[in-house]
Amino acid sequence: MAEFLQFLIAGVTVGAIYGLVALGFTIIYNASHAINFAQGEFVMIGGMATVFIMAAGLPLLLAVPLAIVIAAAVGIALYKFAVAPVRAGGVVTMIIVTVGASIFLRGLASVVWDRNYHYMAPFSGSEPIPIFGATITSQSLWVLGVTAAVALGLLIFYRYTRTGKAMLATAYNPDAAQLMGINVSTILMISFGLAAALGALGGILVTPISSTSFGVGVALGLKGFAAAIVGGLSNSFAALAGGLFVGIAEAMAAGYLSSAYKDAVAFVIILLVLFVRPQGLAGVRRAERV
Amino acid sequence: MTAPRRDNLPRSLGLVVLVVILAVLPLILPNRFYFDIAINIGLSAIVCVGLNLVMGFAGQISLGHAGFFGLGAYLSSTLTAHLEWPPVLALLAGLVVVGLLAFIFAWPILRLEGHYLAMATLGLGIIISIILNQEVELTGGPDGMPVPPMSVFGWVIEGETAWYWLVAAVLVVCTWLAFNMIESPVGRALRSLGSSPPAAAMSGINIARYKTFVFVVSALFASLAGSLFAHHAAFVTPVEADFFKSVEFVTIVVLGGLASIYGSIIGAAVLVALPQVLTVFHDYEHLIFGAILILTMVFMRKGIVPTLRARFAGKRG
Repeated sequence: MAEFLQFLIAGVTVGAIYGLVALGFTIIYNASHAINFAQGEFVMIGGMATVFIMAAGLPLLLAVPLAIVIAAAVGIALYKFAVAPVRAGGVVTMIIVTVGASIFLRGLASVVWDRNYHYMAPFSGSEPIPIFGATITSQSLWVLGVTAAVALGLLIFYRYTRTGKAMLATAYNPDAAQLMGINVSTILMISFGLAAALGALGGILVTPISSTSFGVGVALGLKGFAAAIVGGLSNSFAALAGGLFVGIAEAMAAGYLSSAYKDAVAFVIILLVLFVRPQGLAGVRRAERV
Repeated sequence: MTAPRRDNLPRSLGLVVLVVILAVLPLILPNRFYFDIAINIGLSAIVCVGLNLVMGFAGQISLGHAGFFGLGAYLSSTLTAHLEWPPVLALLAGLVVVGLLAFIFAWPILRLEGHYLAMATLGLGIIISIILNQEVELTGGPDGMPVPPMSVFGWVIEGETAWYWLVAAVLVVCTWLAFNMIESPVGRALRSLGSSPPAAAMSGINIARYKTFVFVVSALFASLAGSLFAHHAAFVTPVEADFFKSVEFVTIVVLGGLASIYGSIIGAAVLVALPQVLTVFHDYEHLIFGAILILTMVFMRKGIVPTLRARFAGKRG
């Protein structure tokens, strides 16, 4: 039982990170009906930027917001210079551009920073806290606390701010939103910035747990995507729940089956969801698209 | 103005040009090193001609074709090395396995929007890559494994010249097959998809079936090229099934031109040769391939060959 609880804690912790990455997918999907294949690179940028800013002597408290701002700026630049010019080009064009951006950012990180693995000390001490025979690290508590705060913040943002409401309106019907005086292009830019910031936050939180390097983006991006499609791709809160689902499934598979294949779990989930229930476990079935 | 449009060069003429270039090339290539590059260009071109059917004609994108390439390579390697199967039989077994996998995989997913296939193939490629890295006893793990030489009914293919002719012949056959597919009812159905999927569906075209067919054919091309690659290199590592390798294939197709079969061959020539010529390339390969993908899409959406062809035709008025 203690063993099960331990796996559960590990799963919920990484699951919360996947949830943050998944939020980025849903935000961009809602605004543009496109999948951003560079989402994982924001996660990488968050972790790597924090590590290198701290190495330059800045404290964590300054490095974290700075890294998030850098990632958001990269997200906005990605939209402005790569996505916006090809927006009318269709699904394949969007995929090619964001895959290109993903590889480009990875290459840029390996040149600007380096190709090594980097660790970061936990935010507040590494003393494990006992809980019902299992233990939980303070970093796990940080991850869960921050993710909960983000969820609450997003709820307030969507419900009570003009920008948030404009984003929801754009998600429902971009043409109508445009007619109502919402600048859809600005909304898209904000979406890319916000998605990048949330991804970066996930990347920063996970670095003390599993380290970071220029190449971590692909796997984290895919796991975030798995979480997003479990949640149905368009619902932010279902995406967070999807993250927990993927994280727990992965931790259980690693604990009880084989740790060598734990990275395959998320992909098996992607395939199963696409085969059986493409609208997501929480999604509503829509008319079949051709 | 009444002159016939030039951009529909007769297919047979293009194929003749390809054969002539391939036949003359060995006279120009100075040494083994260049033969080796030409062979690798040919192998990438085989994969990308197939991938272009998916990307240029079926309007889908696969980010896992290196997985099929790697699977073909490793099935050939393990069956010939461990079970001492004849290479041709192992190659055929690779085709059967990869073809079935692609079919089972694509059938449900190709009924969904384009980005689902992209993500699913990306995931499939990574699973294949994980398996090749983990099953050390079978595959040698990350260190790779040696591969016995290729032989066709007892005749061993060795030396760069023999390999060159083999790969050139396979490339010509695959190109011919690709053109036949484009000209066939399948191809026409797919082109109608490009203009209006709902209209195509209304006319009774089973979209998912055609897309699946094209996807399976492209996976077979990749597996075939992978098997040949393994025997030619005499050594395989999981890098061949890597995500980045899949992106390389996509970049070749995009740069050469979506829906331009010859574009894919030229794209392969440029992008396979470039890293060999420019030694600085290696440190910046991610950066360069990423930039090529973005810049081509933003400034030259159609890719090299269709863009040049349009310019050429335009100059003549």
